[in-house]
Amino acid sequence: MSLAELICPAGTPAALRTAVDAGADAVYCGFQDATNARNFPGLNFTPDELTETAAYAHARGTKVLLALNTYPPAGKVDLWRQAADLGVRIGVDAFIVADMGVADYIARIHPGTRLHLSVQAAASSPEAIRYYCESFGVKRVVLPRILTIPEIRQIRTEIPCEIETFIFGNHGLMVEGRCSLTNYLTGQSTNMDGVCSPASDVEYTRDADGSMSSQLAGFTIDRFGPEEKAGYPTICKGRYTAPHRREGYYAFEEPVSLNLSRLLPDLIDAGVHAFKIEGRQRSKSYVRGVVTAFRRAVDDIRAGRQADIADLVALTEGQKQTQGAFETKKWR
Amino acid sequence: MKMSAGIASGPPLAGRGAVSRLACALVQPLLSRVVRRIAARHPSLFARLGPHQATDFLIDPVELPFALHLRPDPQALVFRAVPRDAAPRAGAVIRGRFMLLLELVDSEEDGDAAFFSRDLEVSGDTEAVVRLRNALDDVDGSIAEETARMFGAPGRAILARLRRSYVAT
Amino acid sequence: MAVSDMTTKLTLGPIAYHWPAEERRDFYARIADEAPVDEVYLGEVICSKRAPFHEPDLPAMIERLERAGKTVILSSLAEVMLKRERKATEDLAAMDHPEIEINNAAGLYARGKRPHRIGPFMNAYNEATIAWLAGQGATHVSLPTELPAEAIAVAAQAARGLGLGVEVQVFGRASLAVSARCYHARAHGRTKDNCQFVCEDDPDGMPLRTRDDAPILRVNGIQTQSESYVDLLPETGRLVADGVTHLRLMPQAVDMVAVAEIFRGTLDRALETSEAEARLRAVCTGTRFSNGFYHGQAGYRRIAGATSV
Repeated sequence: MSLAELICPAGTPAALRTAVDAGADAVYCGFQDATNARNFPGLNFTPDELTETAAYAHARGTKVLLALNTYPPAGKVDLWRQAADLGVRIGVDAFIVADMGVADYIARIHPGTRLHLSVQAAASSPEAIRYYCESFGVKRVVLPRILTIPEIRQIRTEIPCEIETFIFGNHGLMVEGRCSLTNYLTGQSTNMDGVCSPASDVEYTRDADGSMSSQLAGFTIDRFGPEEKAGYPTICKGRYTAPHRREGYYAFEEPVSLNLSRLLPDLIDAGVHAFKIEGRQRSKSYVRGVVTAFRRAVDDIRAGRQADIADLVALTEGQKQTQGAFETKKWR
Repeated sequence: MKMSAGIASGPPLAGRGAVSRLACALVQPLLSRVVRRIAARHPSLFARLGPHQATDFLIDPVELPFALHLRPDPQALVFRAVPRDAAPRAGAVIRGRFMLLLELVDSEEDGDAAFFSRDLEVSGDTEAVVRLRNALDDVDGSIAEETARMFGAPGRAILARLRRSYVAT
Repeated sequence: MAVSDMTTKLTLGPIAYHWPAEERRDFYARIADEAPVDEVYLGEVICSKRAPFHEPDLPAMIERLERAGKTVILSSLAEVMLKRERKATEDLAAMDHPEIEINNAAGLYARGKRPHRIGPFMNAYNEATIAWLAGQGATHVSLPTELPAEAIAVAAQAARGLGLGVEVQVFGRASLAVSARCYHARAHGRTKDNCQFVCEDDPDGMPLRTRDDAPILRVNGIQTQSESYVDLLPETGRLVADGVTHLRLMPQAVDMVAVAEIFRGTLDRALETSEAEARLRAVCTGTRFSNGFYHGQAGYRRIAGATSV
């Protein structure tokens, strides 16, 4: 049986300590710049904060993973290299990388440093994963949220590294690391700037009838009735019209969150080494609730007990949850 | 959920006129003390606000007789109760039931979850709200408890009663 | 600049849509006979389910295009997950002729150090990645569509220094996202496995509009594209001066021979930019043009006043 490590999000030092206290085996976090894919206003760590909180985590046996999982545009590679050097000095336990140039730099300049392949690298086949393992010595791959459990089980037998899968949080629809939707509307790039539907371009307006419109850079992404659950104005979760869909429909996906709590035993059995909880942009309250619930569930499963999964629906987007691709390929 | 209807149909006329002005005058000294104390104890909060230290926030607890005006500028901190009809033009408005807002300040509630359920309403500069949220979220411990402690046993008693009354609804 | 425009190659990217086999045959026959493009990319990049419809025609198309003096390159799938996709990628990577363009790391793995081109889905955003790829046998790199001018210049210089060709898309809808889910099938209440190839109905993508009726995106199976056509015609001079060696035209449901003639004419200075732009507009009536990505702004924007060097 795999160790089933619990990998938890930390958007701020307080959230990091919360995750550690709630039983995270590892936390993942990023600096306050474009080097990570949650470069959101007021979020993330200064070098001093990371130094301090990494010590807090390490003192309690929790690992610290640093996300360097964006793609530096030509001419700006140094920012990513400096972040890697800094991470090594701070003593993080692994880097989560996507860009080949960044991976190559860390593998050459800091040999022996543990590399995890970010979901942003979109490695969804054994061959692609092996490419990163053999090229840069990647020790773990974070799988895209598009594979079924039988497919994960099959991949496990064909790759030389560990597997990490998302189990809870934002349900990414597009192949990560290949999405320029935000840049198309806002001029800020998910891949290069670490930004997705930036708050600076988001506007909510309440209409006279109590309904609410969410806009991104002036484009109406969705409109919610007075009683309807809302979601982020992310382009892939908006409602649009098509020639034969005049009423407006979720062309890509509904506002819904991934929740695999019921599939944990199957995932462990399929050989998944680590479970990732999404949500560095979410609050301490979210971190505390989700990490506590999954800590208990994983401990129950490992002890051979029936896992009692707390209801986490309230924390999900649109307050709806899905098992997405993991359960059935009809999702596609 | 019924609470979202609570926002939309909240008492639209409360927070105007003489009663509101009196309420504002009564709570104002308290607010000034609270915010100065919190600012002094959590200086890192301001770094996360970045350029939005100069933004005017209007925090609107729908069932109270007034709204709150916050400008988190460490050089010239503003936190005051304002009648709704005399509220300043704000860069960002955060509206919800008082207890929810209090829980958000303390990270007992998840802001995104409250927003998804429509219990929380945000308008104006969304980045300002996100920064404020992230800044408050990085504060360890409870600001509400801290505030209550400033007023000794009576303060703690009021907070406890407030929480009980909201749980009951 | 010493670079002569005559040396800049015009390429035709792979067809992103599910055009019927008959139309494809006619299309490439006309490209072979009439279009002033130097290189043509063939093959299915978006959806592995479509490949069987037109793969049988590939040998004849390659022969025809090569006879007309075009260099032919076969492009690999952008997404590789299923068995048939892995097999298709492996088979492509085993080919000696024609050249191949790789769009997924699975292809890089299969190809090893044998020469290959790097496709636009490979995320070659910077000089460090380009240097790595060059060391693994890459001979040519297509830069990501969202890369701004300053980064293109740095990437192009680095690639040229390593002896690589450098390609930038200058015409056609931008690929904005790919997914495991088919949005064409979803729009018709079907799943990917039961799509009945409904994407064939939209030879230029299925338009999505916001609920206040602003055109915004196009759906092409698992791919999401820009509503606007990228048009870097006024920027071709700067692209060439910055070291870009190949300019890519993406096939849209317009007169692509005319589009190629307009770009070739501009490169050869046989056409004034303003005249060329006017002609291009006439060929693409009803579709907005954009160049925001190139200018580091929102991709859908059209930045006016950008002139050629």
